[in-house]
Amino acid sequence: MQSFSYEKAQSVEQATGTTGKFIAGGTTLVDLMKLGVETPTQLVDVTALPLAQVETLPNGGLRIGAMVRNSDLAHHPAVGKDYAVLSEALLSGASPQLRNMATTGGNLLQRTRCPYFRDPSYSNCNKRNPGSGCAAIGGHNRMMAILGTSDACIATHPSDMCVALTALEATIQVEGPKGKRSIAIADFYKLPGTTPNVENALEPGELITYVDLPAPRKASKQVYLKLRDRASYEFALASAAVVAEVSGGHVRAVQIALGGVGTRPWRAHEAEAALTGKPATAAHFRAAAEDALKGAKPSSENGFKVELAKRCIVRAMTMASA
Amino acid sequence: MATQTTPPSQSNVIGRSVARIDGPLKTTGTAQYAADFHFPNMAHAVPVQSTIASGRIEKLDAAAAQSMPGVLLVLHHGNMDKLYRVVPNDFSATTSEARPPFEDRTIYYWGQYVAVVVAETLEQATAAAAAVKVEYSQTPAKLSTNLGDYAGKRPSVSQRGDAEKAFAAAPIKVDQTYVTPAETHNPIEMHATVAAWEGDSVTLYETSQGVVNHRYAMAQVLGIPRENVTVVTRFLGSGFGGKLFPWPHSALAAVASRRLQRPVKLSVNRTMMFSNVGHRPLCEQRFQLGATTDGKLLSLRQDYINHTSLIDDIDEGCGEATTYLYSVPSLTVTRALAQRNVGTPSPMRGPGAVPGLFAMESAMDELAVALNMDPVELRLRNDATKDESNGQPFSSRHLKECIETGAAKFGWKQRTPAVGSMRRDGRVLGWGMAAASWGAYRFPCAATVALEVDGRVTVRCATQDVGTGTYTIFAQVLQEKTGLPFERIGVHLGDTSMPEGPMSGGSWATASVLPAVSSAADSVVKTLLQVANSTAGSPFAGVDPAKLQLTAGRVHQAGEPAETGVPFEKLIAMARLSRISADGNTTAIFEDPKAKGLSLHSFGAQFVEVEWEPQIARLRVSRVVTVIDGGRIINPKAAANQIKGAVVMGVGMGLLEQTVYDPRTGQPINGNMADYLMATCPDTPEIDVTFLDYPDLAMGEYGARGIGEIGLAGVAPAIASAVYHATGVRVRTLPVRIEDLLQSRIREA
Ligand SMILES: Cc1cc2nc3c(=O)[nH]c(=O)nc-3n(C[C@H](O)[C@H](O)[C@H](O)COP(=O)(O)OP(=O)(O)OC[C@H]3O[C@@H](n4cnc5c(N)ncnc54)[C@H](O)[C@@H]3O)c2cc1C
Ligand code: SF4
Repeated sequence: MQSFSYEKAQSVEQATGTTGKFIAGGTTLVDLMKLGVETPTQLVDVTALPLAQVETLPNGGLRIGAMVRNSDLAHHPAVGKDYAVLSEALLSGASPQLRNMATTGGNLLQRTRCPYFRDPSYSNCNKRNPGSGCAAIGGHNRMMAILGTSDACIATHPSDMCVALTALEATIQVEGPKGKRSIAIADFYKLPGTTPNVENALEPGELITYVDLPAPRKASKQVYLKLRDRASYEFALASAAVVAEVSGGHVRAVQIALGGVGTRPWRAHEAEAALTGKPATAAHFRAAAEDALKGAKPSSENGFKVELAKRCIVRAMTMASA
Repeated sequence: MATQTTPPSQSNVIGRSVARIDGPLKTTGTAQYAADFHFPNMAHAVPVQSTIASGRIEKLDAAAAQSMPGVLLVLHHGNMDKLYRVVPNDFSATTSEARPPFEDRTIYYWGQYVAVVVAETLEQATAAAAAVKVEYSQTPAKLSTNLGDYAGKRPSVSQRGDAEKAFAAAPIKVDQTYVTPAETHNPIEMHATVAAWEGDSVTLYETSQGVVNHRYAMAQVLGIPRENVTVVTRFLGSGFGGKLFPWPHSALAAVASRRLQRPVKLSVNRTMMFSNVGHRPLCEQRFQLGATTDGKLLSLRQDYINHTSLIDDIDEGCGEATTYLYSVPSLTVTRALAQRNVGTPSPMRGPGAVPGLFAMESAMDELAVALNMDPVELRLRNDATKDESNGQPFSSRHLKECIETGAAKFGWKQRTPAVGSMRRDGRVLGWGMAAASWGAYRFPCAATVALEVDGRVTVRCATQDVGTGTYTIFAQVLQEKTGLPFERIGVHLGDTSMPEGPMSGGSWATASVLPAVSSAADSVVKTLLQVANSTAGSPFAGVDPAKLQLTAGRVHQAGEPAETGVPFEKLIAMARLSRISADGNTTAIFEDPKAKGLSLHSFGAQFVEVEWEPQIARLRVSRVVTVIDGGRIINPKAAANQIKGAVVMGVGMGLLEQTVYDPRTGQPINGNMADYLMATCPDTPEIDVTFLDYPDLAMGEYGARGIGEIGLAGVAPAIASAVYHATGVRVRTLPVRIEDLLQSRIREA
């Protein structure tokens, strides 16, 4: 661990005016600093910023402040009522202690759990050390991604919350030295390609201020299903967030996102296309799941994730259309 | 069933559920664990670990580290004090790794300590440890987790009849290989040593399950007289066997402290726990069972092999329970070791028996399936009436009753044998069962009991409470003997300046301490009554001590109520004494004529229900019924807690736990509490524990055996059998994983 300065920002301008590394709940950052993976010299604590509210937007949507804690968000009445998928996703993640610390902004930027990324004694990690290779390929890879991987990186994006936000088509509001902008979550996360060190669309100094959710769609059913080895306190092996409108035995509209299998929160467009307008039957769900996983490229130990993810989609769709 | 009488007791506290007397200290954070010892001027040590598994240190550059703020000392092979090995096979002074730290430049396993940095603060030491530069030359590491290609010798462990011939001729056969992975002990309290020298004597504040052994071993390692070593372990946050014998960090702290002439603390962190302080080794076992068509065993052959380190030959002993559990005329057990570049394995809760029973009881379940016979019925048909490995009668064996009681409590009669045939609330149910066993032991113990002039009774013994209730057992005996409330009973353990007590391991602590403390208490009371008789001014002066007794802390005439008597402390004061004390001793069980020629074991039965959702391959253990024949239960509350904890550990063993080594570097790759999966609260099933409570009087006056390990035995095979019943997938390599469950042909519930 190396020395660093610490300051607590009192305003968004003060925060974005520095060159420091933002720290919110610290549950990702401090962990990685202790491991020697993150080595910031200047920490800017953003938890005092006035971004800790959940408000209704004029368009009927919801605006979530970046400092809202994961547990507060999960238990917020508006989230419970209209965005159950988000609440369920949050509560399936980490542990109560971690959720009490973790923030919305921090969760969006949590890093992969790839064990080789987390251990600097492996110099070969393209994400940590661009151009150095990838220790996970040929290593222990059971938890690794099967969708969106590249020859440079197969690390899974570990978040549950972001999977729900992807299905909800959230928009991320950021503010930086060059001003404010909005980024659709679909454009926020980057595929690893040849530059797995570039994980998202943020520019240097940009602060996540809010996450906006569109107005809830009437009659939509929402489900978050997380599959894993043990019953709690484990990242997903496969998860599915579903926001679906099912009526008259047919799927009218649906958004599906997958977790635990992708290098980023994975929007399953193919499955959505296969389902829209179709009868809500097990056979159609399965066919859609097959489509969703068509591009899967498993490693030596995680081939099971392909079938598991398919079953996750089928079960989540079954629940959403029940 | 033979009825056995229990010893007389004045308070019936033996066998009664009592809350642990050390509970409040723990819940209020005042219990001092090893790493809680802080001394003025204390320095902090942080080891540097090897990043390769096999090779040699070519160059170690500590210059940068040495010049960092607060750094006091960097120790390594080049400047280490001379350390010694302990005498091999001297069981009074055992270390875990035979090789003292930094003995040579060779790297035997990933994570091996190659240096230790000592600094004013933990942070400074941590930073400087990261700055020590080590250059290695690597040699190919033996890392294969496949032990099946072993071609070396397989020494015999046990042999009777002709297993090969009997198997060949048997009409029904099972021949399968079972694998249990490396598992890491993860007690919540990590290992630590605080070393403090005074002149040429050292006190080691330790996380030790055996302070006496630790003292003897460290005296040899440091090359100093044992009188010069004191080991203190007041409280332990468990150990599961990982803390039985000293690990290298203890010597590192001791040497650093001696060099600096300052107290030094070394805390092993969670990651190091996965490489440097032992593990249950990877085991592979081939089981061949031959049986008649009506389910009578004809032959049993077990060939096991476990991995061990390059520096130690640790035999896991998977044959532990195989040779006597069932009646079988022909039996062969062999063992083998496969050396790998891993840290030295160590006993982990139920060593040998636990992995051994996974294989054996899984094979029995497969035999039941092959016979189309109920697994309970198969066990009952093969119950043994004597220990067939040596012809000895059992001191007290009630396995049959364990199984029958368990079956009744579980509702086993309702079980339908066909795979996937049982359903509840949209889930498939699987029911499985297994038998369990663990040896019963008793080792020497000395204890001093004193009636103090301040009205308290105290006991001193250099054993330790691993967290299971040993303090309370001592207090129970003293209450039974003196009638004093717990508030007036002082139990002092975990310090080698006291009379020598046993290790907390092998489930023998309770059986070992009971006779010593009981006989010391009896002697002390006898002396007190003599003092009452002989002290001038005593109301009982001249009264025959045989006509006096001590009840509720008062000495009185036998036959009269206690209130007519005198508080014992008054008599002690009258006699102008500070205390009346006496020593008591326990002899080892193998020297006890009462136990001679008897086979001493605990038994148990595990019944498990799993709930299985085939659509999403989700399987959880929903219900466990455990019946234990563990001799007399001294404190049912603490005992049930032990068994429940063990069952939860069994859920972990069955479904979750596995130390994964990187196939190229040999590093334990999941070495943290998020990635090494153990059962969490939501994984915990409903657990129903029953103790048969038959005193085993061959063990001593109280008839207690031990219950620390048996609760884990049999859980994993019962789970695997339940998994088969639910899914049709027979998992022979633990843990049972989603990967396995996805193979099930059952897709709907
Ligand atoms: C043991 C463990 C288990 C876990 N299990 C799960 C799980 O099952 N599911 C799951 O989804 N998550 C899990 N997590 C991850 C957890 O959800 C994240 O650590 C947490 O959400 C991060 O939030 P934080 O506020 O603590 O972020 P921090 O650690 O404070 O920050 C994380 C990153 O975000 C940046 N940052 C923070 N706020 C902002 C902002 N407003 N604008 C720009 N950048 C910002 C920081 O600079 C840093 O790079 C687990 C974590 C741990 C340690
Ligand atoms: S998978 Fe990605 S994060 Fe992991 S080692 Fe490879 S490059 Fe690094």
